Amino acid sequence: MLQVSIYRYNPETDLEPYMQDMQVDTGGKDLMVLDVMELIKADDDTVVYRRSCREGVCGSDGVNMNGTNGLACVTPLSKAVRKNKLVLRPLPGLPVIRDLVVDMSLFYAQYEKVQPYLQNPSPAPAIERLQSPEEREKLDGLYECILCACCSTACPSFWWNPDRFIGPAGLLQAYRFLADTRDTATDERLARLADPFSVFRCHGIQACVNVCPKGLNPTRAIGHIRNMLLSRAT
Amino acid sequence: MVTSTATMGRSGLYDWFVQRVSAVILLAYFLVCVGWMLVNNGFGYTAWTALFSQTWMRVFSLLALISLAGHAWVGLWVVFTDYLTERMLGPTGKVLRVLAETISAIIMVIYFIWGIKILWGL
Repeated sequence: MLQVSIYRYNPETDLEPYMQDMQVDTGGKDLMVLDVMELIKADDDTVVYRRSCREGVCGSDGVNMNGTNGLACVTPLSKAVRKNKLVLRPLPGLPVIRDLVVDMSLFYAQYEKVQPYLQNPSPAPAIERLQSPEEREKLDGLYECILCACCSTACPSFWWNPDRFIGPAGLLQAYRFLADTRDTATDERLARLADPFSVFRCHGIQACVNVCPKGLNPTRAIGHIRNMLLSRAT
Repeated sequence: MVTSTATMGRSGLYDWFVQRVSAVILLAYFLVCVGWMLVNNGFGYTAWTALFSQTWMRVFSLLALISLAGHAWVGLWVVFTDYLTERMLGPTGKVLRVLAETISAIIMVIYFIWGIKILWGL
């Protein structure tokens, strides 16, 4: 039997959040954490969490498992469980709506700030805007982000200033469009990032890199943005 | 774009640049001082005074002092705006932050002027 401790909070009935302990029969299998959550929900349908694709594509089930953020659907128990115990908490740093569900408004507001869409005022060609394979390669490691928020909610700078620091997820996308040869708004994009908070609150501790379920490296992308800002200003 | 008045250059890039350059200068100064102490094993007041009476050492020390002030200001400003905020402490956050920034700025200026007096014997 697996010992599970799960964060519970229903603002309509609870004065404050609490941890609920329970035992889950995994049948000795190395299930994914999401499977365990499904087993818990089958027993107690008041437990609330987000989920959708259950294969690491939609980014809905980002949770904190034994202190580490990740996607419950692609995290096996063998990786998350320590001493037969699994502690499930919502992603840290964002307001909790209920149980494991957090309010992502601040996260999306930061994402919106980087204007995550291609900007090019020239008339679109008949078929498509072409790139060489080398130019396209620059977007590898950037476009794969699924916005699960595991990285930004693992970042202390984002915890302290979620309204002013864009955070690793937003900055990875900022660089995705700065690196895109089809985008012509580079100067305007950089001008919006030069203040002391948006980019420069990153102190390079790489907590984001450590938790990204897609194996991406926001710290490297932030370094590229810094270099672009430096080149532009000197 | 987030605006801020209490940073050094009111630009994140400028602050970041100041912090990196000042860190390199401080490292160089630290290595020179420690290296000198190791080479001049058992040095006394005379040797120490002789070192600091040379113009290059005084200029280098002044540069290190300026770097220390700049480096400390950028670092402390980041710490204050992380922890002493309205988000963390309510309206008190702003009062505490402005107070902390002002006090540390005054202390920094005092140390800076005092340092110049010691270095150049003014």
